[in-house]
Amino acid sequence: MAQTEQEILDGIAELVNEETGLPKESVELDKSFTDDLDIDSLSMTSIVVQAEDKFGVKIPDDDIKNLRTVRDVVGYVQGAQG
Amino acid sequence: MTTPQITPPQGAAHARLVGIGAYRPERVVTNDEICERIDSTDQWIRERSGIESRRFADPDVSVTDMAEAASREALERAELTGADIDAVIVATVTHPYQTPSSAALLAHRLDATPAAAFDISAACAGYCHGVGLASDMVRGGSARNVLVVGVEKLSDFTDPTDRSTAFIFGDGAGAVVIGPSDVPGIGPTLWGSDGSAWDVISQKHSWIDVRDHTTEWPALRMAGQSVFRWAVWQMAPVARKAMEAAGIEPGDLAAFIPHQANNRITDAMVKQLGLPEHVPVARDIVTTGNTSAASIPLAMHRMLDDGTVAPGGLALQIGFGAGLVYAAQVVVVP
Repeated sequence: MAQTEQEILDGIAELVNEETGLPKESVELDKSFTDDLDIDSLSMTSIVVQAEDKFGVKIPDDDIKNLRTVRDVVGYVQGAQG
Repeated sequence: MTTPQITPPQGAAHARLVGIGAYRPERVVTNDEICERIDSTDQWIRERSGIESRRFADPDVSVTDMAEAASREALERAELTGADIDAVIVATVTHPYQTPSSAALLAHRLDATPAAAFDISAACAGYCHGVGLASDMVRGGSARNVLVVGVEKLSDFTDPTDRSTAFIFGDGAGAVVIGPSDVPGIGPTLWGSDGSAWDVISQKHSWIDVRDHTTEWPALRMAGQSVFRWAVWQMAPVARKAMEAAGIEPGDLAAFIPHQANNRITDAMVKQLGLPEHVPVARDIVTTGNTSAASIPLAMHRMLDDGTVAPGGLALQIGFGAGLVYAAQVVVVP
Protein backbone atom coordinates (compact mmCIF):
# COMPACT_ATOMS: atom_id res chain seq x y z
CA MET A 1 0.00 0.00 0.00
CA ALA A 2 1.34 3.43 -0.92
CA GLN A 3 2.47 5.57 2.02
CA THR A 4 2.21 9.32 2.46
CA GLU A 5 5.18 11.61 2.01
CA GLN A 6 5.32 12.21 5.76
CA GLU A 7 5.29 8.47 6.55
CA ILE A 8 8.13 7.84 4.15
CA LEU A 9 10.09 10.83 5.47
CA ASP A 10 9.68 9.57 9.05
CA GLY A 11 10.83 6.12 7.98
CA ILE A 12 13.91 7.49 6.25
CA ALA A 13 14.71 9.67 9.26
CA GLU A 14 14.66 6.53 11.43
CA LEU A 15 17.05 4.72 9.07
CA VAL A 16 19.43 7.70 8.94
CA ASN A 17 19.35 7.93 12.73
CA GLU A 18 20.13 4.22 13.12
CA GLU A 19 22.96 4.34 10.58
CA THR A 20 24.63 7.60 11.57
CA GLY A 21 23.26 8.69 14.93
CA LEU A 22 22.02 11.98 13.46
CA PRO A 23 18.84 13.28 15.15
CA LYS A 24 15.70 12.32 13.20
CA GLU A 25 14.55 15.96 13.02
CA SER A 26 17.68 16.89 11.07
CA VAL A 27 16.44 14.74 8.16
CA GLU A 28 14.43 17.25 6.13
CA LEU A 29 13.20 16.99 2.54
CA ASP A 30 15.61 19.52 1.06
CA LYS A 31 18.73 18.23 2.84
CA SER A 32 21.46 16.74 0.69
CA PHE A 33 22.79 13.43 2.03
CA THR A 34 26.41 14.22 1.25
CA ASP A 35 26.60 18.01 1.64
CA ASP A 36 24.19 18.62 4.56
CA LEU A 37 24.04 15.31 6.43
CA ASP A 38 27.66 14.25 5.73
CA ILE A 39 26.59 10.72 4.75
CA ASP A 40 29.15 8.90 2.58
CA SER A 41 28.48 6.44 -0.23
CA LEU A 42 28.74 3.31 1.92
CA SER A 43 26.38 4.63 4.59
CA MET A 44 24.06 5.71 1.80
CA THR A 45 24.10 2.14 0.47
CA SER A 46 23.21 0.82 3.93
CA ILE A 47 20.32 3.26 4.19
CA VAL A 48 19.05 2.36 0.71
CA VAL A 49 19.16 -1.40 1.34
CA GLN A 50 17.25 -0.97 4.58
CA ALA A 51 14.81 1.38 2.86
CA GLU A 52 14.08 -1.40 0.35
CA ASP A 53 13.02 -3.68 3.21
CA LYS A 54 11.13 -1.00 5.07
CA PHE A 55 9.14 0.27 2.11
CA GLY A 56 8.92 -2.90 0.00
CA VAL A 57 10.62 -1.38 -3.08
CA LYS A 58 13.70 -2.18 -5.20
CA ILE A 59 16.40 0.48 -5.65
CA PRO A 60 19.10 -0.69 -8.10
CA ASP A 61 22.76 0.34 -7.55
CA ASP A 62 22.68 2.50 -10.68
CA ASP A 63 19.83 4.58 -9.26
CA ILE A 64 21.48 5.26 -5.89
CA LYS A 65 23.82 7.90 -7.29
CA ASN A 66 20.82 9.93 -8.48
CA LEU A 67 19.36 10.08 -4.98
CA ARG A 68 20.99 13.30 -3.85
CA THR A 69 18.46 14.74 -1.44
CA VAL A 70 16.01 13.29 1.08
CA ARG A 71 13.23 14.42 -1.25
CA ASP A 72 14.77 12.34 -4.06
CA VAL A 73 14.49 9.18 -1.93
CA VAL A 74 10.95 9.98 -0.79
CA GLY A 75 9.94 10.59 -4.41
CA TYR A 76 11.65 7.38 -5.58
CA VAL A 77 9.86 5.30 -2.93
CA GLN A 78 6.50 6.91 -3.73
CA GLY A 79 7.01 6.26 -7.44
CA ALA A 80 8.02 2.64 -6.84
CA GLN A 81 5.14 2.02 -4.45
CA GLY A 82 2.60 3.69 -6.72
CA MET B 1 33.78 -62.00 -18.62
CA THR B 2 32.87 -59.57 -15.86
CA THR B 3 34.50 -56.15 -15.68
CA PRO B 4 36.77 -55.94 -12.64
CA GLN B 5 35.62 -53.46 -10.02
CA ILE B 6 37.75 -50.38 -9.51
CA THR B 7 39.38 -50.00 -6.10
CA PRO B 8 37.80 -46.87 -4.62
CA PRO B 9 39.96 -44.17 -3.03
CA GLN B 10 40.34 -44.37 0.74
CA GLY B 11 40.39 -41.11 2.62
CA ALA B 12 40.75 -39.98 6.22
CA ALA B 13 37.68 -39.76 8.45
CA HIS B 14 38.16 -36.03 8.91
CA ALA B 15 40.48 -33.17 7.97
CA ARG B 16 41.92 -30.27 9.95
CA LEU B 17 44.24 -27.31 9.74
CA VAL B 18 47.57 -28.60 11.05
CA GLY B 19 49.82 -25.53 10.82
CA ILE B 20 49.70 -21.95 9.60
CA GLY B 21 52.32 -19.53 8.27
CA ALA B 22 52.44 -15.96 7.04
CA TYR B 23 54.64 -13.61 5.09
CA ARG B 24 54.33 -9.83 5.32
CA PRO B 25 56.59 -7.70 3.12
CA GLU B 26 58.89 -5.36 5.05
CA ARG B 27 57.96 -2.10 3.36
CA VAL B 28 55.18 -0.23 5.15
CA VAL B 29 53.24 2.10 2.86
CA THR B 30 51.34 4.83 4.69
CA ASN B 31 48.14 6.54 3.58
CA ASP B 32 50.15 9.73 3.16
CA GLU B 33 52.38 7.98 0.61
CA ILE B 34 49.30 6.71 -1.27
CA CYS B 35 47.89 10.26 -1.27
CA GLU B 36 50.94 11.54 -3.16
CA ARG B 37 49.28 10.02 -6.26
CA ILE B 38 45.56 10.52 -5.56
CA ASP B 39 43.40 13.40 -4.39
CA SER B 40 42.59 12.03 -0.94
CA THR B 41 43.64 12.20 2.71
CA ASP B 42 44.75 9.87 5.47
CA GLN B 43 41.53 10.67 7.34
CA TRP B 44 39.29 9.94 4.34
CA ILE B 45 40.96 6.57 3.76
CA ARG B 46 40.66 5.61 7.43
CA GLU B 47 36.98 6.58 7.53
CA ARG B 48 36.09 4.75 4.32
CA SER B 49 38.12 1.58 4.86
CA GLY B 50 39.75 1.43 8.29
CA ILE B 51 43.13 1.11 6.60
CA GLU B 52 46.06 2.95 8.23
CA SER B 53 48.88 1.34 6.24
CA ARG B 54 49.62 -1.64 4.03
CA ARG B 55 52.72 -3.60 2.97
CA PHE B 56 54.15 -3.61 -0.54
CA ALA B 57 56.66 -6.24 -1.64
CA ASP B 58 59.89 -5.12 -3.31
CA PRO B 59 60.02 -5.34 -7.12
CA ASP B 60 62.33 -8.38 -7.01
CA VAL B 61 60.05 -10.35 -4.65
CA SER B 62 57.63 -12.60 -6.55
CA VAL B 63 54.29 -14.13 -5.65
CA THR B 64 56.03 -17.51 -5.39
CA ASP B 65 58.74 -16.04 -3.10
CA MET B 66 56.07 -14.80 -0.70
CA ALA B 67 54.18 -18.10 -0.92
CA GLU B 68 57.39 -19.98 -0.13
CA ALA B 69 58.11 -17.94 3.00
CA ALA B 70 54.58 -18.45 4.37
CA SER B 71 54.63 -22.15 3.45
CA ARG B 72 57.92 -22.81 5.26
CA GLU B 73 56.45 -21.45 8.48
CA ALA B 74 53.23 -23.47 8.01
CA LEU B 75 55.27 -26.66 7.49
CA GLU B 76 57.41 -25.91 10.53
CA ARG B 77 54.36 -25.31 12.73
CA ALA B 78 52.79 -28.52 11.36
CA GLU B 79 56.06 -30.35 12.14
CA LEU B 80 56.16 -31.62 8.57
CA THR B 81 58.52 -31.24 5.63
CA GLY B 82 57.89 -30.73 1.93
CA ALA B 83 58.22 -34.48 1.42
CA ASP B 84 55.05 -34.99 3.51
CA ILE B 85 52.96 -32.83 1.17
CA ASP B 86 50.92 -34.61 -1.53
CA ALA B 87 49.29 -31.57 -3.11
CA VAL B 88 49.97 -27.84 -3.31
CA ILE B 89 47.13 -25.40 -4.04
CA VAL B 90 47.95 -21.74 -4.58
CA ALA B 91 45.07 -19.27 -4.59
CA THR B 92 46.12 -16.08 -6.35
CA VAL B 93 45.13 -13.64 -9.05
CA THR B 94 48.50 -11.87 -9.23
CA HIS B 95 50.96 -14.60 -10.28
CA PRO B 96 52.03 -12.87 -13.50
CA TYR B 97 52.31 -15.98 -15.67
CA GLN B 98 49.26 -17.35 -17.44
CA THR B 99 51.15 -20.64 -17.24
CA PRO B 100 52.83 -22.48 -15.59
CA SER B 101 51.34 -22.28 -12.13
CA SER B 102 52.99 -20.77 -9.09
CA ALA B 103 52.07 -23.98 -7.24
CA ALA B 104 54.34 -26.23 -9.34
CA LEU B 105 57.36 -24.01 -8.71
CA LEU B 106 56.45 -23.72 -5.03
CA ALA B 107 56.21 -27.52 -4.70
CA HIS B 108 59.67 -27.82 -6.25
CA ARG B 109 61.19 -25.20 -3.96
CA LEU B 110 59.73 -26.94 -0.90
CA ASP B 111 61.09 -30.34 -2.01
CA ALA B 112 57.50 -31.55 -2.26
CA THR B 113 57.94 -32.87 -5.83
CA PRO B 114 56.11 -34.87 -7.21
CA ALA B 115 53.18 -33.38 -5.25
CA ALA B 116 50.15 -32.46 -7.34
CA ALA B 117 50.27 -28.71 -7.84
CA PHE B 118 47.85 -26.17 -9.30
CA ASP B 119 46.67 -22.58 -8.89
CA ILE B 120 43.06 -21.58 -8.44
CA SER B 121 41.47 -18.33 -9.56
CA ALA B 122 38.78 -17.40 -7.08
CA ALA B 123 40.03 -13.94 -6.18
CA CYS B 124 39.40 -12.91 -2.56
CA ALA B 125 37.53 -16.19 -1.96
CA GLY B 126 40.45 -18.27 -3.26
CA TYR B 127 41.81 -19.30 0.13
CA CYS B 128 38.44 -20.59 1.39
CA HIS B 129 37.98 -22.43 -1.93
CA GLY B 130 41.40 -24.01 -1.35
CA VAL B 131 40.52 -25.03 2.21
CA GLY B 132 37.29 -26.62 0.99
CA LEU B 133 39.08 -28.47 -1.82
CA ALA B 134 41.90 -29.65 0.45
CA SER B 135 39.47 -30.89 3.08
CA ASP B 136 37.61 -32.90 0.43
CA MET B 137 40.89 -34.22 -1.01
CA VAL B 138 42.09 -35.46 2.40
CA ARG B 139 38.73 -37.06 3.17
CA GLY B 140 38.35 -38.33 -0.39
CA GLY B 141 41.71 -40.05 -0.42
CA SER B 142 43.49 -38.11 -3.17
CA ALA B 143 46.01 -36.59 -0.73
CA ARG B 144 47.11 -37.07 2.86
CA ASN B 145 48.54 -33.60 3.47
CA VAL B 146 47.69 -30.58 1.35
CA LEU B 147 49.40 -27.20 1.41
CA VAL B 148 46.98 -24.34 0.72
CA VAL B 149 48.41 -20.88 0.09
CA GLY B 150 46.65 -17.54 -0.38
CA VAL B 151 49.12 -15.07 -1.87
CA GLU B 152 48.88 -11.76 -3.69
CA LYS B 153 51.16 -9.05 -4.98
CA LEU B 154 48.34 -6.63 -5.67
CA SER B 155 50.72 -3.68 -5.83
CA ASP B 156 51.56 -4.92 -9.34
CA PHE B 157 47.90 -4.76 -10.40
CA THR B 158 46.80 -1.56 -8.69
CA ASP B 159 46.49 1.75 -10.50
CA PRO B 160 48.17 4.16 -8.05
CA THR B 161 46.21 7.06 -9.59
CA ASP B 162 42.74 5.47 -9.20
CA ARG B 163 41.35 7.09 -6.07
CA SER B 164 38.69 4.39 -5.62
CA THR B 165 41.17 1.48 -5.36
CA ALA B 166 44.72 2.81 -4.86
CA PHE B 167 44.43 2.82 -1.06
CA ILE B 168 42.72 -0.57 -0.72
CA PHE B 169 45.20 -3.21 -1.78
CA GLY B 170 48.33 -4.69 -0.24
CA ASP B 171 50.74 -7.61 -0.64
CA GLY B 172 51.28 -10.73 1.46
CA ALA B 173 50.91 -14.47 1.80
CA GLY B 174 49.29 -16.92 4.20
CA ALA B 175 49.56 -20.71 4.13
CA VAL B 176 48.07 -23.68 5.93
CA VAL B 177 48.76 -27.38 5.92
CA ILE B 178 45.58 -29.46 5.89
CA GLY B 179 45.86 -33.07 6.95
CA PRO B 180 43.95 -36.05 8.37
CA SER B 181 42.21 -35.87 11.71
CA ASP B 182 40.31 -38.16 14.08
CA VAL B 183 37.75 -35.45 14.80
CA PRO B 184 36.12 -32.91 12.46
CA GLY B 185 38.35 -29.86 11.99
CA ILE B 186 36.78 -28.26 8.92
CA GLY B 187 33.03 -27.78 8.52
CA PRO B 188 31.06 -27.99 5.27
CA THR B 189 32.02 -25.35 2.70
CA LEU B 190 29.24 -23.04 1.53
CA TRP B 191 30.31 -21.68 -1.82
CA GLY B 192 28.93 -20.25 -5.02
CA SER B 193 29.17 -17.69 -7.78
CA ASP B 194 27.19 -15.01 -9.61
CA GLY B 195 28.73 -14.24 -12.98
CA SER B 196 26.00 -11.72 -13.81
CA ALA B 197 28.16 -9.33 -11.78
CA TRP B 198 31.37 -10.38 -13.54
CA ASP B 199 32.34 -6.75 -14.18
CA VAL B 200 31.83 -5.40 -10.65
CA ILE B 201 35.43 -6.23 -9.69
CA SER B 202 37.73 -7.05 -12.58
CA GLN B 203 41.00 -6.61 -14.40
CA LYS B 204 40.40 -3.59 -16.66
CA HIS B 205 41.39 -5.26 -19.94
CA SER B 206 42.34 -8.65 -21.32
CA TRP B 207 45.93 -9.69 -22.01
CA ILE B 208 45.05 -9.69 -25.72
CA ASP B 209 44.26 -5.97 -25.50
CA VAL B 210 47.63 -5.44 -23.83
CA ARG B 211 49.42 -7.43 -26.54
CA ASP B 212 47.76 -5.32 -29.22
CA HIS B 213 48.86 -2.14 -27.41
CA THR B 214 45.28 -0.87 -27.42
CA THR B 215 45.23 -0.27 -23.72
CA GLU B 216 47.19 0.62 -20.60
CA TRP B 217 48.29 -1.85 -17.91
CA PRO B 218 45.22 -3.89 -16.87
CA ALA B 219 45.00 -2.94 -13.20
CA LEU B 220 42.01 -3.95 -11.07
CA ARG B 221 38.89 -1.82 -10.98
CA MET B 222 36.01 -2.06 -8.59
CA ALA B 223 32.48 -0.67 -8.26
CA GLY B 224 32.78 -0.09 -4.52
CA GLN B 225 29.13 0.56 -3.68
CA SER B 226 27.90 -2.53 -5.55
CA VAL B 227 30.55 -4.67 -3.88
CA PHE B 228 29.64 -3.27 -0.47
CA ARG B 229 25.96 -4.05 -0.99
CA TRP B 230 26.62 -7.58 -2.22
CA ALA B 231 29.23 -8.35 0.42
CA VAL B 232 27.12 -7.30 3.36
CA TRP B 233 23.60 -8.30 2.43
CA GLN B 234 24.32 -11.41 0.36
CA MET B 235 27.34 -12.72 2.26
CA ALA B 236 26.08 -12.45 5.85
CA PRO B 237 23.41 -15.12 5.08
CA VAL B 238 26.13 -17.34 3.55
CA ALA B 239 28.22 -16.99 6.71
CA ARG B 240 25.15 -17.86 8.79
CA LYS B 241 24.51 -20.96 6.67
CA ALA B 242 28.14 -22.08 7.08
CA MET B 243 27.62 -21.97 10.85
CA GLU B 244 24.34 -23.86 10.59
CA ALA B 245 25.92 -26.49 8.32
CA ALA B 246 28.66 -26.97 10.91
CA GLY B 247 26.12 -27.15 13.73
CA ILE B 248 27.66 -24.12 15.41
CA GLU B 249 25.95 -21.18 17.14
CA PRO B 250 27.42 -17.66 16.83
CA GLY B 251 28.21 -17.74 20.55
CA ASP B 252 30.39 -20.84 20.04
CA LEU B 253 32.86 -18.95 17.86
CA ALA B 254 36.33 -18.05 19.11
CA ALA B 255 36.85 -15.80 16.07
CA PHE B 256 35.08 -14.33 13.05
CA ILE B 257 37.57 -13.96 10.20
CA PRO B 258 35.95 -12.44 7.12
CA HIS B 259 38.00 -11.54 4.07
CA GLN B 260 39.66 -8.25 4.94
CA ALA B 261 37.99 -6.26 2.17
CA ASN B 262 37.10 -3.12 4.07
CA ASN B 263 36.45 -2.54 7.78
CA ARG B 264 33.10 -0.99 6.93
CA ILE B 265 32.04 -4.24 5.23
CA THR B 266 33.21 -6.17 8.31
CA ASP B 267 31.28 -3.82 10.64
CA ALA B 268 28.09 -4.21 8.64
CA MET B 269 28.48 -8.01 8.40
CA VAL B 270 28.96 -8.30 12.16
CA LYS B 271 25.78 -6.28 12.62
CA GLN B 272 23.85 -8.40 10.10
CA LEU B 273 25.07 -11.63 11.70
CA GLY B 274 24.24 -10.45 15.20
CA LEU B 275 27.53 -11.78 16.54
CA PRO B 276 27.84 -11.65 20.33
CA GLU B 277 30.28 -9.00 21.54
CA HIS B 278 32.63 -11.56 23.08
CA VAL B 279 33.49 -13.01 19.63
CA PRO B 280 36.76 -11.43 18.41
CA VAL B 281 36.58 -10.08 14.86
CA ALA B 282 39.61 -9.99 12.53
CA ARG B 283 40.84 -6.44 11.84
CA ASP B 284 44.14 -7.22 10.16
CA ILE B 285 43.19 -4.85 7.33
CA VAL B 286 44.19 -1.85 9.48
CA THR B 287 47.91 -2.40 8.91
CA THR B 288 47.80 -4.88 6.02
CA GLY B 289 45.24 -3.52 3.57
CA ASN B 290 43.14 -5.85 1.44
CA THR B 291 45.40 -8.71 0.35
CA SER B 292 42.67 -10.67 -1.49
CA ALA B 293 43.36 -14.43 -1.23
CA ALA B 294 45.96 -13.89 1.51
CA SER B 295 43.79 -11.87 3.87
CA ILE B 296 42.11 -14.65 5.88
CA PRO B 297 45.19 -16.74 6.70
CA LEU B 298 47.15 -13.53 7.44
CA ALA B 299 44.41 -12.40 9.82
CA MET B 300 44.18 -15.81 11.51
CA HIS B 301 47.97 -15.88 11.89
CA ARG B 302 47.95 -12.48 13.58
CA MET B 303 45.09 -13.43 15.93
CA LEU B 304 46.98 -16.56 16.97
CA ASP B 305 50.25 -14.72 17.48
CA ASP B 306 48.79 -11.88 19.53
CA GLY B 307 46.70 -14.28 21.64
CA THR B 308 43.31 -13.04 20.42
CA VAL B 309 42.41 -16.63 19.59
CA ALA B 310 43.86 -19.85 20.99
CA PRO B 311 44.58 -23.07 19.07
CA GLY B 312 41.53 -25.33 19.16
CA GLY B 313 39.00 -22.49 18.97
CA LEU B 314 36.33 -22.34 16.29
CA ALA B 315 36.72 -19.71 13.58
CA LEU B 316 34.13 -18.75 10.98
CA GLN B 317 35.91 -17.66 7.80
CA ILE B 318 34.32 -16.28 4.65
CA GLY B 319 35.95 -15.12 1.43
CA PHE B 320 34.12 -13.14 -1.25
CA GLY B 321 35.26 -11.27 -4.32
CA ALA B 322 35.64 -10.94 -8.06
CA GLY B 323 33.49 -13.31 -10.08
CA LEU B 324 31.50 -12.72 -8.07
CA VAL B 325 32.43 -15.78 -6.01
CA TYR B 326 32.33 -16.74 -2.36
CA ALA B 327 33.17 -19.56 0.04
CA ALA B 328 32.75 -19.96 3.79
CA GLN B 329 33.38 -22.61 6.43
CA VAL B 330 33.89 -23.07 10.15
CA VAL B 331 37.36 -24.39 11.04
CA VAL B 332 39.23 -25.36 14.17
CA VAL B 333 42.15 -22.96 14.59
CA PRO B 334 45.48 -24.86 14.39
